Amino acid sequence: MSGGRPPGEPRRVAYLYLLPAFAVYAVFLLYPIGRAVQLSLYDWDGLSLGRWVGLDNYLAIVADEGLRAAFGHALVLVVFYAAAPLAIGLGLAAILNHAKVRGLGFFRTVVFLPQVVAMVVVAVAWRRVYAPDGTLNTLLGALGLDSLTRGWLGDYTFALPAVGVVGTWFESGLVTVLLLAGMSRIPGELYEAARLDGAGAVREFFAVTLPSVRGEIAVALTLTVIAALRTFDLVYVTTRGGPGDSTSVPSYEVYHRAFGLSQIGSAAAIGVTLTVVIFVISFGINRFADRRVS
Amino acid sequence: MNPPLRALAVLAASALAMTACAPGSSAPPAATSAQPSASSVRTDAAALGNVTLTIWDQEVRGGQAAQMKQLNDAFQAKYPNIKINRVSRSFDDLNTTLRLALSGNEPPDIVEANNGRSSMGAFVKAGQLRPLDAYAEAYGWKKRYPQSVLRYSSYSADGKTFGDGNLYGLPQVGEVVGVFYNKAKLAKLGLQQPATWADFDAALAKAKTAGEVPMQLGNLDKWPAIHVFGTVQSRGVPADQISALAFGRKGASWNTPENTKAAEELVGWVDKGYFNKGFNGQGYDPAWQAFGKGEGVFLIGGTWLLADLQKALGKDLGFMLPPGTAAGAPPVATGGTGLPFAITAKSPNPDAAAAYIDFITNADAMKVLTTTGNLPVADTAQQSVPAGPQQDVFTAFGTVTAKDGLVPYLDYATPTFADTLGAALQDLLAKKQTPQEFLATLEKDYKTFVESNG
Repeated sequence: MSGGRPPGEPRRVAYLYLLPAFAVYAVFLLYPIGRAVQLSLYDWDGLSLGRWVGLDNYLAIVADEGLRAAFGHALVLVVFYAAAPLAIGLGLAAILNHAKVRGLGFFRTVVFLPQVVAMVVVAVAWRRVYAPDGTLNTLLGALGLDSLTRGWLGDYTFALPAVGVVGTWFESGLVTVLLLAGMSRIPGELYEAARLDGAGAVREFFAVTLPSVRGEIAVALTLTVIAALRTFDLVYVTTRGGPGDSTSVPSYEVYHRAFGLSQIGSAAAIGVTLTVVIFVISFGINRFADRRVS
Repeated sequence: MNPPLRALAVLAASALAMTACAPGSSAPPAATSAQPSASSVRTDAAALGNVTLTIWDQEVRGGQAAQMKQLNDAFQAKYPNIKINRVSRSFDDLNTTLRLALSGNEPPDIVEANNGRSSMGAFVKAGQLRPLDAYAEAYGWKKRYPQSVLRYSSYSADGKTFGDGNLYGLPQVGEVVGVFYNKAKLAKLGLQQPATWADFDAALAKAKTAGEVPMQLGNLDKWPAIHVFGTVQSRGVPADQISALAFGRKGASWNTPENTKAAEELVGWVDKGYFNKGFNGQGYDPAWQAFGKGEGVFLIGGTWLLADLQKALGKDLGFMLPPGTAAGAPPVATGGTGLPFAITAKSPNPDAAAAYIDFITNADAMKVLTTTGNLPVADTAQQSVPAGPQQDVFTAFGTVTAKDGLVPYLDYATPTFADTLGAALQDLLAKKQTPQEFLATLEKDYKTFVESNG
């Protein structure tokens, strides 16, 4: 026994192997993050000398009603981007998997299709759907529901849900395909055993299917929640945060403040806060999923 | 330490290390003191030796791109010693990248900078643009341009006062917000072109009764209603008050009976159903396109829509300045200029740059602008254009500039005003805010800025 040294090279040397990768990581990720943190502590217009304001920009996020509302809107979008697609995805995937549908590949492609299209294109298309003379209102008119027609994206009550529905439409396919992949790996014997125990389709779903795809659910939630919180392109193209400020979200505020209003410090503070929120939430989701599996 | 903690520690340490120095440059280049006198300006571009000018413009569309190319070619042919390195970007792209480009060590020589406080004002404040007064004197620019046009690119040297002080750029094209109308529909309603504001209101009412859409508005993009409000406002509020408000000067106020009346009148238009249904949820482009397809009798819009609307409506399209309260009242209309061309403070070739700006804005250039379908900002009355909507537009702009009747865009007022006013107008038109609350919102933004601006 020569000391407690593990075999191979000493630790200090081993770290050297990590250095090149770390250098790249530091230059392209850590430095920009550090710089953003630094900028968030200044009042800076991007041109003249910045003025040190400490945590004022962060306090403004808490104090500014409009900014608080923006974070609130992002949370509403989480319902539309993550919760609704998860419910729809679970249902669709269970049916597609259970019924062994003919042409499964075709259906899988169809539900996944929105993911292939760039969000900006999606947003432009939905803007036409929601327009006062758009598809949705035409449809409602044809059904004799003229009283419901409105300029959806210009309506204070419906603008945010209308934006959210686009997210639901966009993310449902991704969630479905993810869950479908998970479900197809569940051994058939489990279902046979459940059936022998007298379980119906519903019981089967909750006893066998749902627990087996917990990992996939965690992945799906992580992806969709992050997508919801950092929504930018959809809001930028459809409503620019309007009407009034009823659909503004943090990412849009970052862009708007940095490039529109030249309040770089404030924009950086919102960006940093958003990063922390996203980090905490996705960390929580994965912690939760891990613990339940083990 | 486990890896995430270690990373956080490194991050925190590096962030702390960097907080030692503040962002931005501390000393703006001493451009103001370096301002040459008119006699020291060299106006003979051919004698300047071999020079390369880097020019950033946003003239990327149709007639705009055509005039720029034609003028650049002519300039190169006349001055072979000056090489033009043209960088052309869309309006949005130019706006978002210019700030970084100017703060670099080798900015372009000439840039098209948006007039407002958040662009040109900020650049002037940071000492990144060169005052052009000596050149203006040498080339006679102040005779070429009406004062109501020149003030749109004038700032005090510290960037705090807008609309007065040094000259920082020259625009090529003019813009005025007026009333487009559908001649065929007016005739069908048995109406003439309204001569007074009361006639205009009567025409809107008659169009409504006849089952037409009296006025098209697409306000989804937040800003379009600014032009409609500006038009209504300039009927009742004195022009100098509007200018003071829009240039963000001290001493004016939004809380006046006249402004209240304007806001009330606009809400009244909503109540009377003068706008298309769901206008707050309608995009700007679909709205004027609908007008072009023959839906709607009137459209309050800028001259930049002329080419497209003329294509769609042809001889049925008419354009007029917003009618005054009385038939002979002096014309007042929201308007301004295209983006002015400015010279950067760090440019090593200011004389060549000024010669270029002179070349693309002189009388010959204005002719080129006309033939390529643009509205030249100077010598508008001298241009010959075929009768019809284009002539209507030229006449309107010529009239309003000759009588110094242009009032600035309201969103110039403060760096945040476009957003404040746009959102507040959506609120007002949707009746989420009363006219008084609407004006209080504007007053708050305006007062906050005016006080901090000193």
